Amino acid sequence: MLDPIFILEAVVNGILLGGVLALLALGLNLIFGVIDIVWIAYVDLVTLCMYGVYFLVSLYGWPLWLAGLAGIGIGALLGVLVHLLIITPILSSPPVNQLLATGGLLFFIQSVATLLWSTDHRSVRVSLPTLEVGGIFISFTRLLAFVLAILAMIALYLFLTRTYTGTAIRAVSQDREAITLMGARPQRLYLVTSAVGGAMAGVAGALLIIQYAVHPYFGSAFGPLTFMICVLGGLGNMVGTFAAAFIMAQVISVGGVLVSTEMGYVIAFVIFIVLMFVRPGGIFARRA
Amino acid sequence: MSAARLLGAVGLVVLALVPLLPLGPAQEYIWHVIIQIFLWSFVGNAWSLMGRFGLVSLGHGAFLGVGAYAMVLLWNFFGMTPWLGTPLAVLLTVAFALVVAYPCSRFQVVGHYFGLVTLAVGEVIRLLIVAERDWTGGSLGVSLKAGGTASDWRTLQFADKRVFYYVGLAAWLFGLWVWWRVDRSMARSAMEAIGEDETAAASVGIRVARFKMAITALSAALTALGGALLALYLAYANPDTMAGIGVSLRIVFAVVLGGMYSLLGPFVGTALTIALSEYLRIYFGIKLIGIAETIYGLLLIVFIIFLPAGIYGSIAQAVRRRLSRPSGGLPVRA
Amino acid sequence: MLELQQVTAGYGAFTALWDVSLRVAQGEAVAVVGPNGAGKTTLLRAISGLIAPRAGRIALEGAELAGRPAYEIVAHGIAHVPEGRRLFPRLTVGENLKMGAFLPRARAHFRESLDRVYELFPVLAERQAQRAGSLSGGEQQMLAVGRALMSRPKLILLDEPSMGLAPVMVLRLFGLISRVREVGVTILIVEQNVRQVLKLVDRAYLLEVGRIKIEGRAADLAEQDFIRQAYVGL
Repeated sequence: MLDPIFILEAVVNGILLGGVLALLALGLNLIFGVIDIVWIAYVDLVTLCMYGVYFLVSLYGWPLWLAGLAGIGIGALLGVLVHLLIITPILSSPPVNQLLATGGLLFFIQSVATLLWSTDHRSVRVSLPTLEVGGIFISFTRLLAFVLAILAMIALYLFLTRTYTGTAIRAVSQDREAITLMGARPQRLYLVTSAVGGAMAGVAGALLIIQYAVHPYFGSAFGPLTFMICVLGGLGNMVGTFAAAFIMAQVISVGGVLVSTEMGYVIAFVIFIVLMFVRPGGIFARRA
Repeated sequence: MSAARLLGAVGLVVLALVPLLPLGPAQEYIWHVIIQIFLWSFVGNAWSLMGRFGLVSLGHGAFLGVGAYAMVLLWNFFGMTPWLGTPLAVLLTVAFALVVAYPCSRFQVVGHYFGLVTLAVGEVIRLLIVAERDWTGGSLGVSLKAGGTASDWRTLQFADKRVFYYVGLAAWLFGLWVWWRVDRSMARSAMEAIGEDETAAASVGIRVARFKMAITALSAALTALGGALLALYLAYANPDTMAGIGVSLRIVFAVVLGGMYSLLGPFVGTALTIALSEYLRIYFGIKLIGIAETIYGLLLIVFIIFLPAGIYGSIAQAVRRRLSRPSGGLPVRA
Repeated sequence: MLELQQVTAGYGAFTALWDVSLRVAQGEAVAVVGPNGAGKTTLLRAISGLIAPRAGRIALEGAELAGRPAYEIVAHGIAHVPEGRRLFPRLTVGENLKMGAFLPRARAHFRESLDRVYELFPVLAERQAQRAGSLSGGEQQMLAVGRALMSRPKLILLDEPSMGLAPVMVLRLFGLISRVREVGVTILIVEQNVRQVLKLVDRAYLLEVGRIKIEGRAADLAEQDFIRQAYVGL
């Protein structure tokens, strides 16, 4: 029916997509794993970083790599602001309130973006070649984004395992009270975590703006997908999330080629619901 | 108690009389706004049936959308009158809700997990509507096919808006009644126990999964009905105004603003948000699209932090506290 | 060195400690024993700052500690090995010890402290890269004590270290605790295992329903009545 070469291409594109999705999901999951709050507005923070990179490049003529770095900085700053202004006051509120607060932030970001920048789609023109490997066409941009995403995740891994602060962040997610007996302040660790999570959003933003156009509702496009990945992988489970990202990316990519783009998402969702029936804690359920 | 009852009765009479009062050239517009308030408060009350028990759904747009679109499509493509199409749409929505609620209820998907799952559900329904554009008209939406005359009993289209005013009023009152019945039922105590500690509730013999699914089904059914009514009133459905994160959050916001745990909270919140929306639209025209939502988002955050019981809820709490002198009083819902 | 004067503390509406006064001199090993629910854990939590006392004074070498947050109290030189160990289960042995030395002044002597801990507890050196959650009960207890030592404390609070351990392990553990004492750390230990702990310490207090009932030298107290009281509270 369909030339197998297209399916192979979809698989490869799925892997490339998976890299960026994993980056998104890991940032969100890091914050949830440590602070125990889901930032519903996480992908909207990514959107803001995308806008940031876009404007730096198109309005101020910055070179892309520099704008990308600035995007990471913007992300980290946003992470800190969100934590200080919104999360800290509601740390001990019931989950209902926490969800609604970050939901309100989502609302706010999307509408401010509409207000300031209208619903126009904006993208950063990157003139990079398309590679051909064995009959499959791979966009070099996508490949580059994939590689950088992997590097970012490796950096995160090293941070969490090799540095003092990183290890302390892992510790506070395992026993918040015990870490205070060692002289650490959970609040400070949360702040660092928020900054790191925000920085990852910044990386994701920089990598996404070169592949997709940004518009105020970009968060609604990628958000639900990111959440599904986190739930599938297990909230708080980094390895599971990483794997789930690639699985979902494959479903979307191959499904998108076999049926249609939107249906690719719908199929992914159906699979998500089915998996919820089968393994409700997430595919790699481990967290209590 | 009777002071409140009296006030309520007076309010009801006033509302019932509005369409009969001469309100000047803008009266059609005023009715239009009030109808919207009725229907959206109805939806808000439906949402709060779940929200007040900790089942915070951020995807109620899904139920709204399925209810609305199912009814419209049944008429447009199969000629099924909305008198039949609406109940069918409601049933369809309930079935869908149960499919999603089952794994959530049986496996303790609560709090953050639940919020995320519902968010995904809401968006996927919207995507599905957009994807099936041959049937649904995609992002452009779909209009209820005209029956031929301006007033058509088959499709509940009426030349006189006032008929729909009373339909809306009836629906809203019905929703309040359902809410009130749930509030007074065993289900309420059970759900509150579940909300506090599922395992403990289960160990006392409460059929946790059943209750959660029942409440979800009820909430979904009412929301679907609201969606169908809205589609009938506007004779139009659109994936962005009837499904997706945007509308889901707007519903939630209105309820939180007014007060999630009180009967009239959703009404107060919806009235305020719609009034604000209309005011901003008149004042700013199309110059500042998104200003209303910006304010909503900000207010939602502010309210959650400082006034989680909402406007009406906080006032009601304060009044209650004033009236019942300290006698080791019952804990008031915060 | 450590002085508590009329400390009252509890949780919410419930008061667990009433007017508790006790003293620990530098270099001493002191035990607080008593039946379940006596308030022993609350006592240690109040000292280490996990809960704030409602009344009374807690002072370490003159510095007022009552009501200060836990991370500050650690900096003053008190290390708390909590009930149930409270290790970080998914971190390795080495990482747990690293966390113990979180304080800047502890980090400065990290290598020294680490060597000392591995010398006291060689089995920890062997299992450096192993996840803490997969250790045996006795090894976990050793890790918990070692982790506390990493902050170079003047005073260690031990909350029921023998809990859940086989008798042979308990003997070994207490032996190791006396070695800890030898390197100059003052010890305040809360225990249910009265007989064993009295062999370890200089003095002991009996805590019953939140109040100090008896105080004395361990040798004097190591007789039937006291021990029976401590277990059963009669």
